[in-house]
Amino acid sequence: MKWKTEDGGWSPYLAGALLGLLAIVSVVATTQWLGKTSYLGASTTFVRAAGLLEQAVSSDHVAANEYFTKTKIVVDWQFMLVTGIFLGALISSATDRSLKLESVPPIWKDRFGPSIGKRVAGAFLGGIIAMVSARMADGCPSGHGLSGVMQLSVSSLVAVAMFFIFGAVVAALMYGRRSS
Amino acid sequence: MNTTQWLGLVTGVLFGFLLQKGRVLRFEKQVGALLLKDMTIVKFMFSAILVGMVGITLLTDAGIVTLSHKTMNVGAVLLGGALFGVGWAIMGFCPGTSVGALGEGRWHALFAIAGMVAGAALYAELYPFFDSTVMTWKDFGKIGLPEALGVSQWVIIPLFWAATISLFFWFEKKGL
Repeated sequence: MKWKTEDGGWSPYLAGALLGLLAIVSVVATTQWLGKTSYLGASTTFVRAAGLLEQAVSSDHVAANEYFTKTKIVVDWQFMLVTGIFLGALISSATDRSLKLESVPPIWKDRFGPSIGKRVAGAFLGGIIAMVSARMADGCPSGHGLSGVMQLSVSSLVAVAMFFIFGAVVAALMYGRRSS
Repeated sequence: MNTTQWLGLVTGVLFGFLLQKGRVLRFEKQVGALLLKDMTIVKFMFSAILVGMVGITLLTDAGIVTLSHKTMNVGAVLLGGALFGVGWAIMGFCPGTSVGALGEGRWHALFAIAGMVAGAALYAELYPFFDSTVMTWKDFGKIGLPEALGVSQWVIIPLFWAATISLFFWFEKKGL
């Protein structure tokens, strides 16, 4: 097993194991400093981002919304965590020359052509479906997939199975059975 | 910024750094896993889980941290989980990796992020409807596998490790 990939990345086993250590340090740190154990997650932040944007237009509407009130529209620990993911990926890719401006990913281009419009539509539509359902299931591959499975939560084990099964079915329908 | 926000930012930078170094942010890695052709994200995710699971269980047993299960609401988890898979395959990112993918220059991720913010706004409007329909079917509450099976976590964890390591060996043998 190699520790480095051909393009200068790290073995996914190594990077993943280090993320496991980060998750452990993070639960201790949040318990210590936030007074409550917080687990890595991402999707609630999108609710807060939507709430903050809507507040700029109509703060009354946000205040009257049950889900926004329940979620609390503030720039909290997880909001900064998600912001940090952007910065961390930027730092890592800029320092190992893997930063690449890409408008249409290669496998999408092979299947659906070079149209940026199509890719934008796919990303946007997929994003709407994914976030409505992540909030319904109360988690995404971070909150359920990593944090929930680490805790052996029944809901997370079921959710992750559903993510992969339905994702695999739709991916197979979209990209077909190509022999590559 | 306050301490809470700084802690989130620092943790997030490390999280994003590891996601990028593991090369799991890319569209082709996400879709590759769903097409069962490239298991990089599964290797990454389950390596993190194996390590994190042991640490978090030890810390919980020692009373240092508390577990935070998400509720096993049957309708929400089954329907939400299934629909998430659909959105994930179309988008080619998940919520956390979309932000990281933007960080490594994949600017089409911006439209995935915009879609997800729109989806969150839509969910906030639809919440009363889901709350009075899908979510009323059956709720088993915030439950962990050890309580559900009536088996110690220290029986489940070695089995989980053995199954996952076997899966890893199989991936390597098949070149996935």
